[in-house]
Amino acid sequence: MRTGARRTRYERGKFDVDGRKSDRRIATSIGEAVAPAENRPLRRFAENHPWWLAAIAISTAILLYLIFAIWPAWLVQIIGKKKVFLNALFNGITLGGLYFLVASGFTLIFGLMRNVNLAHGSLYLLGAYIGYMVAGWTGYWLLAFPVAFILVGLLGILLQVFVFRRMERQDLRQTLVTIGISIVLADIMLWVFGGDFLNIIPPSWLSGPMETIFVTGVKRSSGDLIYLKYPLVRIVIFLASVAIGVGMWTLLNKTRVGMLIRAGVDDREMLSATGARIQLVFVGVFAFGAGLAGIAGVVGGTFQSIAPGEDVRFLLASLVVVIVGGMGSITGAALGAVLIGISEQFGSVYFPTYSVVVTFMIMVLVLAFRPQGLLGRS
Amino acid sequence: MNEAAWGRKLDWTSSLRINPAYWVVAAILLILPAFASNFILYQLFGWTFILGMIALSLMFLAGYGGMVSLAQMTVAGIAGYMVAIFGDSAITDISQGWPWYISIPLALLVAALFATATGWLAGRTEGIYTIMITLAIAAAFFYFFNQNYVIFNGFSGFNGVLPPKLFGLDWRHPIAFYYLTLFWAAAWYFAAIYVSRSPFGLALQGIRDNPRRMAALGYHVTAHKVAAYAIAALPAATGGILLTWQSAQISPGTAGIGPAIDILIVAVIGGIGHPAGAFIGAFIYVILKTFAVDLIVLVGLGSERFRLLIGLGFLVVVFWSPDGILGLWEKLKQSRGLNPLLRRAGRRS
Repeated sequence: MRTGARRTRYERGKFDVDGRKSDRRIATSIGEAVAPAENRPLRRFAENHPWWLAAIAISTAILLYLIFAIWPAWLVQIIGKKKVFLNALFNGITLGGLYFLVASGFTLIFGLMRNVNLAHGSLYLLGAYIGYMVAGWTGYWLLAFPVAFILVGLLGILLQVFVFRRMERQDLRQTLVTIGISIVLADIMLWVFGGDFLNIIPPSWLSGPMETIFVTGVKRSSGDLIYLKYPLVRIVIFLASVAIGVGMWTLLNKTRVGMLIRAGVDDREMLSATGARIQLVFVGVFAFGAGLAGIAGVVGGTFQSIAPGEDVRFLLASLVVVIVGGMGSITGAALGAVLIGISEQFGSVYFPTYSVVVTFMIMVLVLAFRPQGLLGRS
Repeated sequence: MNEAAWGRKLDWTSSLRINPAYWVVAAILLILPAFASNFILYQLFGWTFILGMIALSLMFLAGYGGMVSLAQMTVAGIAGYMVAIFGDSAITDISQGWPWYISIPLALLVAALFATATGWLAGRTEGIYTIMITLAIAAAFFYFFNQNYVIFNGFSGFNGVLPPKLFGLDWRHPIAFYYLTLFWAAAWYFAAIYVSRSPFGLALQGIRDNPRRMAALGYHVTAHKVAAYAIAALPAATGGILLTWQSAQISPGTAGIGPAIDILIVAVIGGIGHPAGAFIGAFIYVILKTFAVDLIVLVGLGSERFRLLIGLGFLVVVFWSPDGILGLWEKLKQSRGLNPLLRRAGRRS
């Protein structure tokens, strides 16, 4: 694959010398070069949809201006204070990071195994409660993450072995059984932990606000710049979820295990025919996806609060994220998560009565114009 | 079925060949008010028929169209809201107070339009995607009802929504309400059976089994799916209006995510292959919901563990018999028809 890409680059250089301008013409004249062109989705996108690209570029430029510039008075009059705007933006992005953690496990499991795990929200809530207990007992916040990952991952293995393996290819049955499991789990958790709002308290070195490089305004008296203060724990958690996302992408695209998984997504039968131990891969991916939901639970418990009903909320959030981003695509999940997170936060700041409708409209628009999701394959 | 069989079906004596069980059930249901208490009539059976109608609309879509829509409870909720908004309620600022012959058809119309839009969105998808999208739609509208105070009066919703005093009767009187719900349940039950045998219903079942082949035969697959959503909206909307009258109020919780999933549970427990399953499932659900609390307390658990019991029961049914109670019944009939020595069908088949 890599040699193919190198060769076309070389060929392109050669043809450029010959005076042919368009990449596409080369691609059509040399049938072989068509396939590697798909390896540069950005370039292909730019060529196929120049207007879309222009729209994206302009909105990015406007966004960058809004983030970095000191807002003139007329802008403040239209939109409101810059501090509110920046806070909504950052809350949205960090919420997107949380959504990504929940939804990436969901989309990974769906993409590989076509298993619809509607108990995913329960796994999230279970992880949150486990994290709450571990952090409360030991006093180490960081310890909550591996414990939640392992325990919830183990539950994921049980689910895979005892539920999903017994009913492969029976979508409706899987859905119904996982709905039943989520009802039972939700009630057991309500029984054990009660209905109160709980909160995982981050350690002292993470609490408190942090001064960022973003300017929110100018002091009238001295003319000093005022910088945005933002909770440190949110930034750290967001960076961690970015790291997890990049790690997952690397694992999927650059390692042997990732190759197995991608091959399984494309054609399960052929992969098992080649002798790969596909059931082992399935169990591994399920455990990993479930464990991610557990970690997300700890994150969510720190960010927000743990309460009955959060399981449904996060199940729905991951459904919407995955529908918008595209089923089975990790990058799609990241894009969808940030999009939904930002729209939810902006919605609740600027259109408080209709914040859900904004999210919903995004889903409707995507479904209407691109039913397979933004980055999904049809 | 050959010509002779069709001919026999159209014979006027065909009513005599209907399974006698139907006559027995019909007779019992008709004379029930003579000896049942008001609680049984109003709470148990009224609620059974209402839930059954909403589950029937899910069963119609899932059983004949292969589309499991979790938005049917939302359709019912919208119809209930529309009756409260266009008709009378205690929230006089919002309620228009229009007469029933305008508000009820309008409620049905709005619910059907909503279902059509849902179908237009969800009909582009298949299988599990349909479930997810309809669940997302149901959730979005639950939060929308909760947040919107201008039209839907937010968290508290509407109370004091009463049925009209038609023919001088108080339709919330247990016996009147019982017959009202029974009438509509029976009407939609037979309508569902009729539609399932009509050309449209047969085409819909063909689309369920093989959409590509039906498209090749010249059927418009998406149009049939959307039409199925629109038709299925009617029993759900009727159920929603009756549900609103039964408790005299409607609030976001009526059409929340829990109730939406409960409708799925009802339809699946009963059996998704036949309209009767919706009502059987509703009856079991209502009985459980009403009496399980006593049972749980008897075992020594708190009464709030009701959902655990429902969830476990649901799991057992789905694990053992994906076709619900009706599926179990079919299995039983089959195994009785088997020759016990040969383990295959005896003379009966």
